[in-house]
Amino acid sequence: MQWEIVIGLEIHAQLSTQSKIFSGASIAYGAMPNTQACIVDLALPGVLPVLNQGAVERAVKFGLAIGAKINSPSIFARKNYFYPDLPKGYQISQYEFPIVEGGNIRIQTGETEKDIRLTRAHLEEDAGKSLHEDFHGMSGIDLNRAGTPLLEIVSEPDMRSSAEAVAYAKILHALVRWIGICDGNMQEGSFRCDANVSVRPHGSEAFGKRCEIKNLNSFRFLEKAIEFEAERQIEILEDGGSVRQETRLYDANKGETRTMRSKEDANDYRYFPDPDLLPVEIKPDWIARLQETLPELPQARRERYVSDFGLSAYDASVLTGSRELSEYFEATVKQLPAQAKLCANWIMGEISARLNKTDMDIAACPVAPEALAALLSRIDDGTISGKAAKTVFDGLWQGEMDQQVDAIIDAKGLKQISDDSAIEQQVDAALAANAQLVADFRGGKEKAFNALVGKVMKATQGKANPAQVNAALRKKLSGQ
Amino acid sequence: MLNDSLKQLAKRLAGKEVSSVELTAEFLGRINQLNPAYNAFITVDAEKSLEQARAADRKIAAGEAGPLTGIPIAQKDIFCTQGWLTTCGSRMLSNFVSPYDAGVIERFNAAGAVNAGKTNMDEFAMGSSNENSFYGPVRNPWDINAVPGGSSGGSACAVAARMTPAATGTDTGGSIRQPAALCGISGIKPTYGTVSRYGMIAFASSLDQGGPMAKSAEDLALMLNVMTGFDARDSTSLQREAEDYARDLEKPLAGLRIGLPQEYFAEGMHADVARAIEQALDEFRRLGAEMREVSLPNSPLSIPVYYVLAPAEASSNLSRFDGVRYGYRAESYQDLQDMYRKTRAEGFGTEVKRRILIGTYVLSHGYYDAYYIQAQKVRRLIAQDFTRAFTQCDVIMGPTAPSVAFDLGEKSSDPVQMYLSDIYTSAASLAGLPGMSIPVGFGEKNRPVGLHIIGNYFAEARMLNAAYQYQQATDWHRRMPDV
Amino acid sequence: MTLSTDDVKQIASLAYIKIDEDETKAVLAELSDIFKLIETMQAVDTSGVAPMSHAQDVVQRLREDRVSESDQHELYQSIAPQVEEGLYLVPKVIE
Repeated sequence: MQWEIVIGLEIHAQLSTQSKIFSGASIAYGAMPNTQACIVDLALPGVLPVLNQGAVERAVKFGLAIGAKINSPSIFARKNYFYPDLPKGYQISQYEFPIVEGGNIRIQTGETEKDIRLTRAHLEEDAGKSLHEDFHGMSGIDLNRAGTPLLEIVSEPDMRSSAEAVAYAKILHALVRWIGICDGNMQEGSFRCDANVSVRPHGSEAFGKRCEIKNLNSFRFLEKAIEFEAERQIEILEDGGSVRQETRLYDANKGETRTMRSKEDANDYRYFPDPDLLPVEIKPDWIARLQETLPELPQARRERYVSDFGLSAYDASVLTGSRELSEYFEATVKQLPAQAKLCANWIMGEISARLNKTDMDIAACPVAPEALAALLSRIDDGTISGKAAKTVFDGLWQGEMDQQVDAIIDAKGLKQISDDSAIEQQVDAALAANAQLVADFRGGKEKAFNALVGKVMKATQGKANPAQVNAALRKKLSGQ
Repeated sequence: MLNDSLKQLAKRLAGKEVSSVELTAEFLGRINQLNPAYNAFITVDAEKSLEQARAADRKIAAGEAGPLTGIPIAQKDIFCTQGWLTTCGSRMLSNFVSPYDAGVIERFNAAGAVNAGKTNMDEFAMGSSNENSFYGPVRNPWDINAVPGGSSGGSACAVAARMTPAATGTDTGGSIRQPAALCGISGIKPTYGTVSRYGMIAFASSLDQGGPMAKSAEDLALMLNVMTGFDARDSTSLQREAEDYARDLEKPLAGLRIGLPQEYFAEGMHADVARAIEQALDEFRRLGAEMREVSLPNSPLSIPVYYVLAPAEASSNLSRFDGVRYGYRAESYQDLQDMYRKTRAEGFGTEVKRRILIGTYVLSHGYYDAYYIQAQKVRRLIAQDFTRAFTQCDVIMGPTAPSVAFDLGEKSSDPVQMYLSDIYTSAASLAGLPGMSIPVGFGEKNRPVGLHIIGNYFAEARMLNAAYQYQQATDWHRRMPDV
Repeated sequence: MTLSTDDVKQIASLAYIKIDEDETKAVLAELSDIFKLIETMQAVDTSGVAPMSHAQDVVQRLREDRVSESDQHELYQSIAPQVEEGLYLVPKVIE
């Protein structure tokens, strides 16, 4: 039987505020245990939550970026369960009237584009951490993370492969960073994925029983976990069994998912509106002000790169993979508007390769977009060859000559010979000195032509414009 | 001096007739003398109180005294008080020394008042008799065999027995007004949102409201002037202009329209209570007030609604007591689950556990709509009744409690009977309206009767005016029990 | 609605309160009485009435995003049942 995989993702994006969602404690990562847990976070008797405006603004921005409805009033609810890392015995979250409802995101896998619908995105507080190092057989609780603002972004079950799920997660990851609401640091847990996976016979309308896979903290794990889980479910079904709806944990070491001994086993969260928090009103003029702070969004940029610059959809999506990369491209192409493709190729080629090799971020790229543009314009106007440009680029990367492109070209003597008569002279000399090659060529050996080009290039130490050399040689060899 | 009003005490302090240290010592002495029998205080800390008194004396000497500077005020043990044991009447917090001050405590500190001690209360403010305290029951100063009411029974007893000039209380369904009535003192629960809930240990967040308990309406006004005000740390705290609650005390009552809800004068009210209430209403007529019949048709449902909503919120509010970060932790346990379950079984008393179970049930899957949502809808109907009634009258009056104080143990084994003690007070709590009780005479066994006054939102000054004028014409509020 | 002893056990379990077998019956009797009282409100026609969650019809005030709290973990942990190396200790958490 042919099986179809159905995937929905729940993504927790930690919002990049200064302070917690309901208290004035810092959310900075990596502090000593419990040094950032104030009395509100510790749920001392009598303390009360007050909502952080910065968290609301970030959620609204997200809603605007995906074309969703912003609910006003939006309501906070308590989700009741006991766990040592949950100091109040309830998590303040949203149930009815989440701040963001609906919206969608366009993904691309290969050459195919697809819209993924979002169900909702709601604000909630993070829990603390249980540390299981052995404290005389006990666990240690660190509540620094308790109360950190999260946006839980829930998709519809619209994805049909691990590749689509990864594409969606990556687009969302880029988007939250793009609009500046989340730092996206997956190692630190700022962007965490849970995947709901089910399978069904191809062509079937009804959904299969789904399993939720928790805490996938890299795109690779997301992909592997979905593939493993889908395979597992298919095997069960093909053996005549049935899938049990449950929460599973991905074990990255073994590359498999396993049943989680869950705190939620048969839990009843008893959601109800939090009486300590009033309805949140988000007025149209506030939404309008936030709308104005939004930068041009990646989707719009992708479309513009294709329509205005003639880039391929693939190039456009790579260049909008992050706001920094896109800004780099924008700054470069601004200097050289007619050569967008050349700019794109260099950024996706030389620059990306160099950054990868040195494990650097585009923001830290030693070659400024203006310098790159200056270099590319020298290729464009024929001053240097593409090959020589790489040497100049090396110089720029090393910070030579104050990153003055022309100075580097001069200093390294890389200027291309483009003068017709000079090239003709060199061609004549080469023809005269290599009678055998000329004879071979005339005898039908095409290879001999390339050898002649090589002779000219060698004689000019590679500086002759290869296209002109080619043309001149052809003309001489055919014309005589 | 024991029966002095706050104003009189302030005058004595200002005139150097007595120092705050002397005044504080006087009341501490009376607490020492009476508390063993009445159990009104959980914690008394003479050193801390006298330290504050010394600071107050310096303030007075420097001419920086306010109306309450140097005056001892007892604090209900529900208000977190930095450096003080703050138990909320529970074993769960029997070792909890608060690392911070409640908003209300900060305000009294800033006013230079002296903390006279922390008063006994029903555990987590759940009760109407003060028999639910881990620290034992409080006795009624008018009759040592009677309950003082609850949950602010310790504060009511302390004021009635003149162990303190005034005290704080909190009221969720009647916890200031009912004990005030049963102990023959005055108490007011202001409009929800006027007194900060920050640091006031939560029972039912949407209903809880702090307020003063004192000997007279005038004292209540001075206390409210200190206690009320916006607190940014409480999202439900209202941002309003500061007001002087004493501003209208002297206004004559001519033309005051008093609404008498037919539902409050129906069956259920004991005859002795009815007599005292009728006499009080006659006094108001003499003072120029006019009586209007009003109707609060949904009011009889306030107890059922209250016993869904308050336990629901409480079940969640009390989940933080788990023995992990503070408070009681069970002595022995097998594992994490066992630690939680035993800590909560041992740390909470019977009534608290009962309400947690009720609340857990009404919020649970499949029952939420039938109980919780239905109760919230009826809550709105109850509030709308008041809105209609207040188009016809300025204040509403009736009995605070259906009977005078009952005997210790009389209702403690019958929760439903106990719950009905709040039958007249819980409606105003559900609506968020201000309500107060003032003493208007005595009923059976010479136990006090309280008159309940409900006002429209923010009508505290008007209510205090009515009560003050009544107290100018009568002396019930000056009667002292023979302790 | 009638409560059963199983209901009582289930609620107690959700509320994380240990309850002995012999207590269950007594609790059941009390809760049943209370629910009889509570259920008198269920006869009210509330169609078209909006649930009332708050006593005042006001909206949430927002706090400026600013760090206002400093590290006071030593003070806060001085009242904790069991701490070590700045952590609150609990019996082993099993996931």
